Amino acid sequence: MAGSLALVVEGLAVARGGLAVLEGVSFVLAAGEVLVLRGPNGVGKTTLLRTLAGLQPALAGQVRGAADVAYGAHADGLKATLTVAENLAFWAAVYGGQVRGALEAMNLVALQDRRAADLSAGQKRRLGLARLLVSGQMIWLLDEPTVSLDAASVALFVEALRTHLATGGSALIATHIDLGLPEALDLDLTGFRAELGFRGAFDEALA
Amino acid sequence: MRALLVRDLRLAVRAGGGFGLGLVFFLMVAVLVPLGVGPDSAILARIAPGILWVGALLACLLSLDRVFALDFEDGSLDLLATAPIPMEAVVAVKSLAHWLVTGLPLTLLSPVLGLLLNLAPDGYLWLILALLVGTPALSVIGAFGAALTVGLKRGGLLLSLLVLPMYVPSLIFGAEVVKRGAGGQALATPLLLLGAVTLGAWALLPFASAAAIRANLR
Repeated sequence: MAGSLALVVEGLAVARGGLAVLEGVSFVLAAGEVLVLRGPNGVGKTTLLRTLAGLQPALAGQVRGAADVAYGAHADGLKATLTVAENLAFWAAVYGGQVRGALEAMNLVALQDRRAADLSAGQKRRLGLARLLVSGQMIWLLDEPTVSLDAASVALFVEALRTHLATGGSALIATHIDLGLPEALDLDLTGFRAELGFRGAFDEALA
Repeated sequence: MRALLVRDLRLAVRAGGGFGLGLVFFLMVAVLVPLGVGPDSAILARIAPGILWVGALLACLLSLDRVFALDFEDGSLDLLATAPIPMEAVVAVKSLAHWLVTGLPLTLLSPVLGLLLNLAPDGYLWLILALLVGTPALSVIGAFGAALTVGLKRGGLLLSLLVLPMYVPSLIFGAEVVKRGAGGQALATPLLLLGAVTLGAWALLPFASAAAIRANLR
């Protein structure tokens, strides 16, 4: 699969709160590649990821190949009263994946019977990342995946990411830190900043 | 889909899930009304069908703001929206889960409350049947209201104001079924209309709710 195109984005314009933040975003993400979104706070990294995940409509432009995505947001979507294994088993059932391997990859086996409410912030994040592993989706859209992770956990995440890439997957990651992934390509969004102003229909400005 | 149903049921019965609150509220209504109206059993028997249905409505309303709000707050609604399952099915399954933890227990508890309100002996069977047929509509209509208000801070009051008017047809036909049943009259017409409201709501509202959620997630 390596070399085939996973995600093609052409002239994409995205808006936050009815205000265009990015326009003319074009890039190609091939299978086995990881693209790191860079840019200061507020430049539109999250908005771009949400648009690619299909959570909000684009103002303009085209996206091809975004059917097979797993989105990892700031919030991990964990249920506090369910255990680690139960949280993961739910997503495994939704996507048809396997819980065990994901628990091992994210070093959560010892914690699997603990309630998510009793996890530390870093452990919760690891559980959130384990959800990506059970999803089995080819394209990961990740929004600051390493927040509240320590160095060892970041290494675990990078290891899981490498495995994902090696099996033909790809990833689009918004982050401020250096992942220690030399093969990662950078995409600086600063150059795609939209001029401030209302775009699109009036109801979109109110949405 | 079954996983989502199991998850929602499990969350409802775990600590803080709110299972049973609606039931206790229903019980309170049925206990308070005789205290307010007085012990005249003829009056109680006459108002029992209406009181039981209003109680069921309000008890159902109590837990509605949790249907989507909790999933919205912890981010799982975003993740469900990007998962390869249709949002319409998510809404339908969550409505079903809501009915299983509120409407169904209310239905099963209702004969006991009918006793407190001195419901005529002929009415019990029809009370259970009317609630069984009518309460699924309350859950799916309520889920629609919850979908419209998801993401609003303190949307609970707005939710009640939106949803209660939409409960009127179920209330009218449901109470009518119980009243006629208790009086030994023919009740096929209101019962069929009650069923029609439920079926219509289940056929249409999951689509409307899914559209509302998608708009609110933007």
